[in-house]
Amino acid sequence: MDNLLSIVTFLPIVAALILGVFLRGEDAAAQLNAKRLALAATTATFLISLAILVEFDPGDTGFQLVEESPWLFGLTYKVGVDGISVLFVLLTTFLMPITIASCWGVTHRVKEYMIAMLVLETLMLGVFVALDLVLFYLFFEAGLIPMFLIIGIWGGKDRIYASFKFFLYTFLGSVLMLVAMIAMYVEAGTSDIELLLAHQFDAGPISLLGWQIAGGMQTLLWLAFFASFAVKMPMWPVHTWLPDAHVQAPTAGSVVLAAILLKMGGYGFLRFSLPMFPVASDIMAPLVLWLSVIAIIYASLVAMVQDDMKKLVAYSSVAHMGFVTMGIFAANQQGVDGAIFQMISHGFISGALFLCVGVIYDRMHTRDIDAYGGLVVRMPAYAAIFMLFTMANVGLPGTSGFVGEFLTLIGVFQVNTWVGVLACTGVILSAGYALWLYRRVVFGDLIKESLKSITDMTGREKAIFAPLIIMTLLLGVYPSLVTDMIGPSVEALVSSYDIAVAAHAADTMVAANN
Amino acid sequence: METILLFAPLVGALIAGFGWRMIGETGAQAVATAMLFLSCLLSWVVFLGFDGETYTQSLFTWVESGTLFTDWAIRIDRLTAIMLIVITSVSALVHLYSFGYMAHDDNFKDGESYRPRFFAYLSFFTFAMLMLVTADNLLQLFFGWEGVGVASYLLIGFYFRKPSAGAAAMKAFIVNRVGDFGFLLGIFALFWLTDSIQFDVILPMGPELAGMTLSFLGMEMNAAETIAFLLFIGAMGKSAQLFLHTWLPDAMEGPTPVSALIHAATMVTAGVFLVCRMSPVIEYAPTAGNFIIIVGALTAFVAATIGLVQNDIKRVIAYSTMSQLGYMFVAAGVGVYSVAMFHLFTHAFFKAMLFLGAGSVIHAMHHEQDMRNYGGLRKKIPMTFAAMMIGTLAITGVGIPTTYFGFAGFFSKDAVVESAFAFGGDLGQFAFWALIVAAVFTSFYSWRLMFLTFFGKARGNKHTHEHAHESPWTMLAPLGLLAVGSVFAGVVWYNSFFGHTNDVARFFGVPYAVEDHSDEAQVDEPAEGDAAAVADGDQGYSHYVFTGAPGEGAIHAAPDNNILNEAHEVPYWVKWSPFLAMALGFAVAFWFYIVNPSLPKRLAANQRPLYLFLLNKWYFDEMFDFLFVRPARWLGRMLWKGGDGAIIDGGINGLALGIIPFFTRLAGRAQTGYIFTYAFAMVLGIVVLVTWVTLRAGG
Repeated sequence: MDNLLSIVTFLPIVAALILGVFLRGEDAAAQLNAKRLALAATTATFLISLAILVEFDPGDTGFQLVEESPWLFGLTYKVGVDGISVLFVLLTTFLMPITIASCWGVTHRVKEYMIAMLVLETLMLGVFVALDLVLFYLFFEAGLIPMFLIIGIWGGKDRIYASFKFFLYTFLGSVLMLVAMIAMYVEAGTSDIELLLAHQFDAGPISLLGWQIAGGMQTLLWLAFFASFAVKMPMWPVHTWLPDAHVQAPTAGSVVLAAILLKMGGYGFLRFSLPMFPVASDIMAPLVLWLSVIAIIYASLVAMVQDDMKKLVAYSSVAHMGFVTMGIFAANQQGVDGAIFQMISHGFISGALFLCVGVIYDRMHTRDIDAYGGLVVRMPAYAAIFMLFTMANVGLPGTSGFVGEFLTLIGVFQVNTWVGVLACTGVILSAGYALWLYRRVVFGDLIKESLKSITDMTGREKAIFAPLIIMTLLLGVYPSLVTDMIGPSVEALVSSYDIAVAAHAADTMVAANN
Repeated sequence: METILLFAPLVGALIAGFGWRMIGETGAQAVATAMLFLSCLLSWVVFLGFDGETYTQSLFTWVESGTLFTDWAIRIDRLTAIMLIVITSVSALVHLYSFGYMAHDDNFKDGESYRPRFFAYLSFFTFAMLMLVTADNLLQLFFGWEGVGVASYLLIGFYFRKPSAGAAAMKAFIVNRVGDFGFLLGIFALFWLTDSIQFDVILPMGPELAGMTLSFLGMEMNAAETIAFLLFIGAMGKSAQLFLHTWLPDAMEGPTPVSALIHAATMVTAGVFLVCRMSPVIEYAPTAGNFIIIVGALTAFVAATIGLVQNDIKRVIAYSTMSQLGYMFVAAGVGVYSVAMFHLFTHAFFKAMLFLGAGSVIHAMHHEQDMRNYGGLRKKIPMTFAAMMIGTLAITGVGIPTTYFGFAGFFSKDAVVESAFAFGGDLGQFAFWALIVAAVFTSFYSWRLMFLTFFGKARGNKHTHEHAHESPWTMLAPLGLLAVGSVFAGVVWYNSFFGHTNDVARFFGVPYAVEDHSDEAQVDEPAEGDAAAVADGDQGYSHYVFTGAPGEGAIHAAPDNNILNEAHEVPYWVKWSPFLAMALGFAVAFWFYIVNPSLPKRLAANQRPLYLFLLNKWYFDEMFDFLFVRPARWLGRMLWKGGDGAIIDGGINGLALGIIPFFTRLAGRAQTGYIFTYAFAMVLGIVVLVTWVTLRAGG
């Protein structure tokens, strides 16, 4: 199959079209059909995407499965994957059927909901496979829209506020990125990411309005991209849209948001910032490292005092994304390996945690922690599953949560011990908020009247969790499944980064000596 | 065989935890217990057949990233072999014991199946503990370390209906995480400097690390000292040493078999194991070593003082555990790792037995744990009384100094005390006296426990006393077997742990040599199978020295570390001092609780501040709550409301409060169903914008 990536990318949107055009009616049968079709389409996408794994050669650090063809207005359609992006594609296709299955209980405008989800999948996949600036930008920005709709239409009480906050934050960040992309096109004369990666952007200092800017052009471009990706991650202090968005989003929306959408920022750093602007990255790394540490400690402390389950999990996501940015800008093998691993693993764990919240929200229609207590009495299976993911969230060795945290920490420790030590306190704080949540919801005696008739998870709910449980444990015990895939590409990335930084340092020395 | 040994408990845990609906509750319990006995049997085979030569069996790759490489592996050396038999023996007996102890439990309602879950947790704990001791790298050790932490968390919180159990479980996990924080940093630092966390690589690098500096937090620190210090922080958490100890007494919320297995015999000794395992590094970090001695000695003393006044039978034993762990760390800190392991080994038997005995008392008294409501029980439960008596004789260290007559604790505790004295200097003196005072207290509170429980008149609920009954055989048999260990574990292995240097060296697989009187060490004589060396062994211990390079054998002694020899040559009064301490403690307890039972009350009233200070455990909990817990919550609240709410949303990004409501007003109409139109317009807008801009720029 020459166009494997395109098939995987566009299959969901084709299904969405079919849904939109052919499915009529709002009755229960039509709703069920919409769900079934969406599930079938996402499952098929996942199965086909497995072929990518088969075709992919981890030893080759270049782009693979590349497709290139002329497109509208003289633009180029170009897609491909390398070790950095391939697993994100699979993460997306893996999680979407689970997400669809988790909204089986939705009854409000089901067809549109399914369409939004399917469109969203295509757009997310597009971000990870795009090898052209324009294409990347289109996917990156367009992805906001279905998510905006999912929150705005199927969300909670304050959904309008949350959806606009989400949209404006992420959109405004991206405007700067667009300007930077244009500048890159002007300078390099191409919008082909593969060529841009080979292009050396000028890093000579320039002065702007009397300010001397180290790293020059690279730094300016870097900052523009940073504005977009930092919001997307989200990094402190532009993270406040995330808790609001999560709280208002429906369960499936939260799952996609936390598990996949947040990863676009990290992917962007790895695809653009680090390899294209290595000198600027080197200059700005301390800033990012410190912001990451602040995010870890700050978000963990805030998570500790939350009364809303979803907000707590959202803040824990901010803290975990702090490990990711920290690992990326540690810019060594362990750091970057760990960052990618952490993103993949966080996809499973945070997705599962939001599903865990969803399970009891569906029953009690409240996310208020105080409304629960003693669930273990009536929901032993739920208690066990929630325990597993709580421990994974805490980063227990043997679960995938540990590997990413450990690698990013060991990576950053070699770069800056202060950052390493402070970030390591996240190990203590995460145990604090996660176990405190678990204790209040699950432990204790079941005395609240409203909970006396609560039922344990159904077979369908258990089936949704099963793949997540398997992946969390499998990657925790045998993480080579991931590190073998990404290792060579990361090694190439890190070594070219080191060379570029060293070369720049040498240039500067020569310039200074002259 | 090692693989079966290691994974049998895991299989048992999985079957009991997930398969009990198929094989029934009793079936699940039986399977888990059978797996443990199998594991125990294999452990003894490994231990007795072990020849001192370290060997490693790799299973498969774990974490791999660049130069960082770790395997799942089974590494067997003498330290591991000792731990294997301790873990599996105690665990197998505790499994058996739990058949009886957990048969009925008022914390659960009728029809609730808690027993398979309990056995699954116990077996899982055993598996994690075995992973810990068989690790061939620090990361796998950390896996086991955290695994036992989780098992401990689950078992402390086993009575999930009790709020206090939930709180204690959480506290145990979080306080342990504080230790883990140090442990992880130690691993990071080691990897940074040596590019490896494999024991085979890092252990031989001890002396090299001592010569390196590490820029840590802006300071230039000695690498070996820093690493040893950081790793010891981890050990302090797991082994409940002073300042990180507050979780251990609370952990008594768990069922009593758990206390015996996890919080007495095995998990809490993991810290001691870690320090012994890392001995080739710690030997070259004298300052960190001194720190270990100070913390150990202080812990032994402070815990013993608190133990004097506690009324809950399990808490007394918990503080005694903490105190005994302090002894072990002192031995490790002075550099006699074999003695640290010796005390760990004997302690496992007698402390597990004391706990299981206490469990038997609690079982007999319908879950009453307050000793003030006991009294006169020796006739009602004679077997339990006998077991507890042996345990008490062992923990107080009854034996005749300078001979081979005594209970297990006598040999190992005296060995610790003598090693501390032999260490010399102010620090050695301090440690020695702290341990002697702690020994007096140990003897006092142990006998106090015995007198309050088994002697005197019956106090408390009459009905409970009338129905007090001896426990079933499943509970008594483990007590009997542990009693054997408590009596003989010391004398049988005395020479291996604290004998002449050549005996100890042979046991631990460390090369040794005859030391010339001109102080020139002769050529190494390999430990195993050298008949001449063995024959020489009888001539006198002071002629032998350890000569192994770091990493050779299970423990390491630096070339100038001669404490083991010197510990045998301490003055007679030192050898007799633990005996006198024990006798003194016994006499006072006898006076207080048999001869003049009203005296303790009067004393408590006279010395009220001191009494309350001890009863409230030196107010550590209150102090930590004030210093850490409250500020963290306050800070969290402030960052949330102030930072996220007022400053970020309100100030820097005025956006959130200003622009968004503006848009949402506009969007009011979007609600009416036209939202798709808006969305489409947006997509279109973006496409047009991008295209236009790109074309313009391109042209």
